[in-house]
Amino acid sequence: MAPALPLRHATVPPLMPLLEVHDLSRAYYGVRAIDGLDLDVASGTITGLIGPNGAGKTTAFNVISGLVPPDRGTVRFDGTDITGWRPDAITRAGLVRTFQIARGFPRLSVLENLMLYGAHQPGESLPVALFGAWGKREEELRERAIATARRLNLLRVANNPASDLSGGQKKLLEIGRALMTDPRMIMLDEPIAGVNPTLSAQIGEHLLSLRDEGITFLIIEHHMDAIARLCDPVIVMAEGRKLTEGAFTAIAADHSVQEAYMGRRAGHLAQPSA
Amino acid sequence: MENYLVAMAVFAGLYGLMALGLNVIWGMTGMINLGLVGFMAVGAYTSALLTVRHATWPIWAGVLAATLVSGLAGAFVARITARLKGDYLAIVTLGFSEVVRIIASNEIRFTNGTDGISAIPGPFRGHVAPATFNLLYLGLVALALLVVFLLCQRLRHSPYGRVLRAIRDDDQVTAVAGKPVMRFKTEAFAIGAAITGFAGALYGHYNAYIAPEGFVPLITIYIVLALTAGGTGSNVGAVVGAALVVAFMEGTRFVVAEIPGLAAVQVAAVREFMIAALLILVLRYRPKGLFPEHHPRHPIPDTTP
Repeated sequence: MAPALPLRHATVPPLMPLLEVHDLSRAYYGVRAIDGLDLDVASGTITGLIGPNGAGKTTAFNVISGLVPPDRGTVRFDGTDITGWRPDAITRAGLVRTFQIARGFPRLSVLENLMLYGAHQPGESLPVALFGAWGKREEELRERAIATARRLNLLRVANNPASDLSGGQKKLLEIGRALMTDPRMIMLDEPIAGVNPTLSAQIGEHLLSLRDEGITFLIIEHHMDAIARLCDPVIVMAEGRKLTEGAFTAIAADHSVQEAYMGRRAGHLAQPSA
Repeated sequence: MENYLVAMAVFAGLYGLMALGLNVIWGMTGMINLGLVGFMAVGAYTSALLTVRHATWPIWAGVLAATLVSGLAGAFVARITARLKGDYLAIVTLGFSEVVRIIASNEIRFTNGTDGISAIPGPFRGHVAPATFNLLYLGLVALALLVVFLLCQRLRHSPYGRVLRAIRDDDQVTAVAGKPVMRFKTEAFAIGAAITGFAGALYGHYNAYIAPEGFVPLITIYIVLALTAGGTGSNVGAVVGAALVVAFMEGTRFVVAEIPGLAAVQVAAVREFMIAALLILVLRYRPKGLFPEHHPRHPIPDTTP
């Protein structure tokens, strides 16, 4: 085992990636949802993660974010091995994720949704909540939440329950909640799917400006226009592992990618004419 | 009649305490607990065993120990049911309360079995007239209810309460929000169980006698009913709902007595029928209870252009 390590390290590119996933595997009742997944996300990028349904993208998110323990493999974030950490610890380490079907807290107001994600609130300890002082931090979190809501155009609905939001507003709230944790990297699970074109363009703008402010993104999305506009590089997953990686134009032209999306049979049929 | 009314008010207060306890566990955190009466029994027995059967601790020390022991029992049950939700949690907690009752019935050397424990001391009992004792105890229970209510309100409006309400909506997303969910669930369960055990201890010292058959699952159902009718998640709803349930259970006694030609068994059945009808009516017209919970509103800057 020891001799193998230097070899692997020698292949690592000079700039250390922010997120390194190596040989990650997880099976559900014998079905290998992800199987030896290797992927790196470089700091300061919006990296796309695409692949046909069932490729294991969401499982990869669930394992990386700590919701589901891996059977095998490692996840390193910013040089620290976070494999098997609890989700709350991973979030506090600066890696936060959002959910595909805007999951969350329908009975909390938009502002409460945002404030909940703020860290270091002493009033979340029982004795302090009952007998201590937490108003100062609460005020800070409230100001932060208001600024985030304003930025994402959610201020008008800030005191409404989250269940009252439109689909697009829920997507924005997902991004806002993630921002409240002061993350270094956000993993977004379909931030644009099902949103009207105007709002989807707005969400794209938000992501680009956040990237420029130093936040790294890994994005699952099926909306190829958005992937083409926002993501570089793009990682393609199929059958639980990484198929290929590169710029969107290269990926789109890649025959094996088309095969993965269309199915093998279609690939075989396409081959003779190619 | 006055004594009767005072006694009913004491019971309304005790039910109110237990409804507040259930509100922390179920109303705020969303964990089903059908074993509430088990924690009441743990509290009542702890204080009774320490003040009369196995030791002669002062009453306040017995009640304090009862609160702590039931809180620990709550933490224990929360840990062993950590991975359970919904129906499964309901069954296990129901099982817990039955186990407590059956242990109390059968560990005769320890608990005196089904004969129960009598001569549990009450504050100033025997030194003052029974009517005065009743009034005094009502004052104590009212004070306890007020203090617990204020603490529960403080909890609900604190960042801690926000995390509990988040767990109620989605515990996985709460974990992703950076909160140690297991710690919060355990603590919430322990707080609710401690409040319930505290009420159980007060019940024992008021009634002077406890026995296993006093801790049947029906009491849990009454508390659930009180909280549901009052407004799940609302502390005001818990207290008012408990008072209503006690008032209605007792009030139907007099109403039914006015109906001519009913045998004793029929009287009991008609009362239960009326209580059930009340709950159906409340939930039909006020599905969120009489005092539905509201999420706290925060001041936000004016957004009108």
